[in-house]
Amino acid sequence: MAKVQFIKAADVKPWLAELAKEHRVFAPSYDGEALLFRPFDPAREIVLDRAATMPPKKTVFPQSEQLVDFTYSKDPEDLSRIKIDARETLPSGSTVVFGSRPCDVRGFTMFDRVYLTEKTTDIYYKARRDNTLFITLACASIENTCFCNWVDSDPCDSTGSDVLAIPVSGGYLLETVTDRGGKLLSSKLLVDGESKKEEAEKFCEEVAGALGAARDLSQAPEKLLAVFDNMEFWDEVSAKCLSCGACTYLCPSCYCFNITDETIGMKGKRLRSWDNCMSAQFTMEASGHNPRPTKAHRLKNRVGHKFSYYPAIHGGVTSCCGCGRCIKSCPAGIDIREIVLKAIDFKPAAVEE
Amino acid sequence: MKYQQELKDSIRKALPDLDVVIAWSGGFDPLHATPHFIRREEDIDKLEIGPFSVHNLATYLPGLRGKKVGIVVKGCDSRSVIELLQENLINRDDVTIFGFPCTGVVDQSKIRKALGHTGKVDFCQITSQTVVVGAGGEEHKLRLSKVLADKCFTCQYPNALISDHFVGEKINPSAQSEAGYDDLEAFENMPLAERFAFWQKEMDRCIRCYACRNACPMCVCRDHCLAESRDPHWLSQEDNVRDKWMFQLIHAYHLAGRCTECGECQRACPMDIPLLLLKKKMNKEIKELFQYEAGVDPEATPPLLSFKMEEENIKEREW
Ligand code: SF4
Ligand code: SF4
Ligand code: SF4
Ligand code: SF4
Ligand code: SF4
Repeated sequence: MAKVQFIKAADVKPWLAELAKEHRVFAPSYDGEALLFRPFDPAREIVLDRAATMPPKKTVFPQSEQLVDFTYSKDPEDLSRIKIDARETLPSGSTVVFGSRPCDVRGFTMFDRVYLTEKTTDIYYKARRDNTLFITLACASIENTCFCNWVDSDPCDSTGSDVLAIPVSGGYLLETVTDRGGKLLSSKLLVDGESKKEEAEKFCEEVAGALGAARDLSQAPEKLLAVFDNMEFWDEVSAKCLSCGACTYLCPSCYCFNITDETIGMKGKRLRSWDNCMSAQFTMEASGHNPRPTKAHRLKNRVGHKFSYYPAIHGGVTSCCGCGRCIKSCPAGIDIREIVLKAIDFKPAAVEE
Repeated sequence: MKYQQELKDSIRKALPDLDVVIAWSGGFDPLHATPHFIRREEDIDKLEIGPFSVHNLATYLPGLRGKKVGIVVKGCDSRSVIELLQENLINRDDVTIFGFPCTGVVDQSKIRKALGHTGKVDFCQITSQTVVVGAGGEEHKLRLSKVLADKCFTCQYPNALISDHFVGEKINPSAQSEAGYDDLEAFENMPLAERFAFWQKEMDRCIRCYACRNACPMCVCRDHCLAESRDPHWLSQEDNVRDKWMFQLIHAYHLAGRCTECGECQRACPMDIPLLLLKKKMNKEIKELFQYEAGVDPEATPPLLSFKMEEENIKEREW
């Protein structure tokens, strides 16, 4: 039986301060008008009643990270001989992320299927993923753009998390999800939560009910393939897209990257930084040919990848967790739900005799 | 909006000769509109204009070159169309412009700030004075003037400056004065170290998504931007303020004397970075040096696209 604990709302900060002695701790607080996962600072207000502008993606998958450090040196005997000394720079230390939403954390499970497979392991990703613990907060406020229930999840989903916190009167019920999560629950500030369990269950039922009816997306993989070659369809749904990176970079389940070398003189570093399939450069080939020349091709990839190609190779799992950020933050008001539903409902025009 | 029906009728008449008409329709919730591409008669019904018609649709015009395009413009948007014409980036013959008297659009960030958050919005009613928003089970009443975009307070051109079809009666600009640079002047009066710290803090959260650039109607390089070019190698891909800010400075320079202060860069930024301040600074300098305002006169040549042996206000020889 999983251990359940209770923490008073007022004790959250002192608890995080305790955790911060051992780990890097991130919690949502405002930077200007943007709500971001920022390093815990007792002086900052922690804001938990709304979805953050950015998911905590950077904690495991930084916007830009150094992979390798390299130095060139010339052989003094033969200056045409150049030696390269390269060292990998693996991240160290452990991190605790407090207050992310279930959808955000579930996003990392979409990464895991790609970066931690039997065939290949991304050592940089693994180093962070293994050492980042998530104390996820069930959602007290459902937003207009939330649709986790369309993609097999719910506002109390603990998939990918280590501890699940559920709002109850006076504070939060803390449920252990993984063993390493359980180790975070040894503070004297926590008390037994057994008596609050019923309330927590009721909360989860209610909040799941607050989401609108889920749409059935089971046909999406097949239907998106059916419109793959229909460029008129894609031209229309992408007409207002600006081809920027906002949707991708705010998405908790988008994991694409670029690798570049930044060299100054004889020293340099190899970087991995976020990249996005909405950018024209993403598929630009060295020959100058671009297999995805227009924004229609690119939006088709973003939607198709999440709702068709990924599920096709990963046991039917949609690689969108329904957080709604791409809808809320798109400067052009593109709604990914609308595009998927349109593809599902699409009927090819009858061929005229 | 009062003239919505008239506008629909006007578009209906013109549509047979056009490939597409760009307007707005309702968005994902009652607080948002979205650009709306009208291709067929039945698309016209969805058109909605009003205080949520924030998007500057002129951004789409260069990408539709070669097509017959209709576009609905607010006063400020019409300046972008003019600037695009001035720079030969679009053909006048291919564009059909629909204007209407604009009474201002909202600033979503201001609404969010006033309400705490706007994640769950059930309804929104707007009158000429107030905005009533139902959010999170509560009703919030806001004064419209509290949530209008800053640019609308100083707007000199509420009626499209160029149009083929204008619906409704032209209105007088409500702007009392040319107070458009007050915020900038206050900023300029801050000590250098403070200004520097301000930008360091603001740019730090930039995620390099380039929504600011792509939403800008005057960003012309499109898929060939120096921000992503590796050869020449202007910017590194590091996550640091230096490179992020460098891009904004380059953008501001490339927009000097071309920017119409439509504010799309700032509106598009998912991280709410106050980018317009930088653009306004450049425009204020241009105004002082060349007495020039972008996107007002289709026949004028933007000062940085022309050359004069002797500039009146730049004393190159007499330091
Ligand atoms: S869908 Fe929206 S956020 Fe994504 S690239 Fe297009 S305009 Fe940008
Ligand atoms: S695709 Fe959109 S809704 Fe889905 S996880 Fe990504 S940002 Fe969230
Ligand atoms: S600046 Fe003027 S034309 Fe533009 S939205 Fe505001 S009131 Fe309308
Ligand atoms: S720089 Fe900003 S304000 Fe100026 S034209 Fe571009 S989007 Fe509009
Ligand atoms: S839109 Fe904002 S976050 Fe994106 S690149 Fe521009 S300044 Fe940075």
